[in-house]
Amino acid sequence: MIEKLDAVFRRESGRALATLIRLLGDFDLAEEALQDAWAAALDTWPTRGMPDAPRAWLVSVARNRAIDRLRRRKMQIEKERLAEALESSSAEFGRDELEDDLLRLVFTCCHPALAMEARVALTLRTVCGLPTASVARAFMVGEATMAQRLVRAKAKIRDARIPYRVPDRDLMPERLDGVLAVIYLVFNEGYAASEGEGLMRRELCEEAIRLARMLNSLMPGRSGVQGLLGLMILHHARRDARQDSSGDVVRLENQDRTRWRGDEIREGQRLVESSLRLQAVPDPYAVQAAIAALHAGAASFAQTDWRQIAGLYGVLMRLNPSPVVELNRAAALSMVEGPGRALECVDALAARGELEGYWLLPATRADLLWRLGRHEEATAAFDAAIALVRLAPERRLLERRRALAAKVSTWR
Amino acid sequence: MQYLLLIYNNEAEMAAARGTTADGEMMSAYVDFTRDIVRTGHFKAGDALQPTSTATTVRVRDGKTLITDGPFAETREQLGGYYMIDAKDLDEATAIAARIPGAWSGSVEVRPVMVFSNGPA
Repeated sequence: MIEKLDAVFRRESGRALATLIRLLGDFDLAEEALQDAWAAALDTWPTRGMPDAPRAWLVSVARNRAIDRLRRRKMQIEKERLAEALESSSAEFGRDELEDDLLRLVFTCCHPALAMEARVALTLRTVCGLPTASVARAFMVGEATMAQRLVRAKAKIRDARIPYRVPDRDLMPERLDGVLAVIYLVFNEGYAASEGEGLMRRELCEEAIRLARMLNSLMPGRSGVQGLLGLMILHHARRDARQDSSGDVVRLENQDRTRWRGDEIREGQRLVESSLRLQAVPDPYAVQAAIAALHAGAASFAQTDWRQIAGLYGVLMRLNPSPVVELNRAAALSMVEGPGRALECVDALAARGELEGYWLLPATRADLLWRLGRHEEATAAFDAAIALVRLAPERRLLERRRALAAKVSTWR
Repeated sequence: MQYLLLIYNNEAEMAAARGTTADGEMMSAYVDFTRDIVRTGHFKAGDALQPTSTATTVRVRDGKTLITDGPFAETREQLGGYYMIDAKDLDEATAIAARIPGAWSGSVEVRPVMVFSNGPA
């Protein structure tokens, strides 16, 4: 029962909290009240059984506890007035109203007036219901630091009066992009942790996918939402093949494709197609997802449609130019026009200095030089990549490849 | 809710532009903007400031008043003026801030005014 209760709490807490924040107008009070309600649930549900509508039950109990708390505080007239207003407010909560609350919470947590790290932390804490300790662990900071970050973010929402609402039509495209950026950041931190021992943190990938699914059901028919959801599902479908049993990285060309999740790949491909149909000018997430779909659908590394992938990177360059996209395009180009042509692109990119400090730049160079048989230069490039990479399994892969390049270069 | 909109611009560039057509256009844009937010009821107060070359900084340490020439901090952009506005939330305040002509070349800091629950302390 307790295990089942945990699952219910994980499912319902974001939505219940979202409604309580609207009713109470205060993040902290809403969180405290929800905790009270949850304690009450742990007391009564195991013996009396779970109510038919657990979320409505939690919200209504929490609302009553919040009134008690406000009454006990007493000192402020305004709080007293709020308690009275709350008592007279209806305890009935329609389904639409509750769904709207969740969207309000998402848009408030991802408001551009908050620092990016605060947006991510607040979203994981309140929308996903992760405990502060887990959010802290996910971003490699201490629990006290993370708690402080959350306190500051909530104080800014209150004191600067960041509105608790879904943005209107003219602000929507920009704000929705902001929400998607937060979700993608959570996913990327899970897909390739920026440092540490483990390559992936699956729970973060799963949270990001859960968030995007939720957004897709609350705001159907948005190209960006479907594109991002498809992109993440397609990447995540390869999770079992990306690392071997000893935790080492397996490169795409060596991955056992039978371990990729076929049903997830098909779902991702459907989302890509649907996303691309929604807009005349494709959404950048949809284009990235289309690239992932081509990889996922290829029978083998050699049979991958590299020409189309390189073309899609070209589309992405026009929609959303960035040096990282250029680097990826060069890597794809190496499979179409050969590593020599790709190396010219990478060297031009390196000369501009925009990717300085980014380990994948020397790693890509190293790979191209290796394929060109320039083993000595490849060794030096692997060294440069090793000096920059912060993730242990990636470093081990680079070290293995560097050793091989160094060995081959002495044969001549 | 009241917000103070602090307008920061590069003084040297502003001084260099004085008297040009662009400068004249900016002045009339300020007049239009101010008239507009007075009409919509958002305007509470607003002024332009003399340049930081006229600024004096005052500190009191151990009961002694120290007076120094110049602004509190040397920065690339300087405080050149402000508006005090009434807005329903931060989204409305930032939308108004974005219409200030100074935001096109410099930047506008939006600060909520602190409210004391029992009146000013």
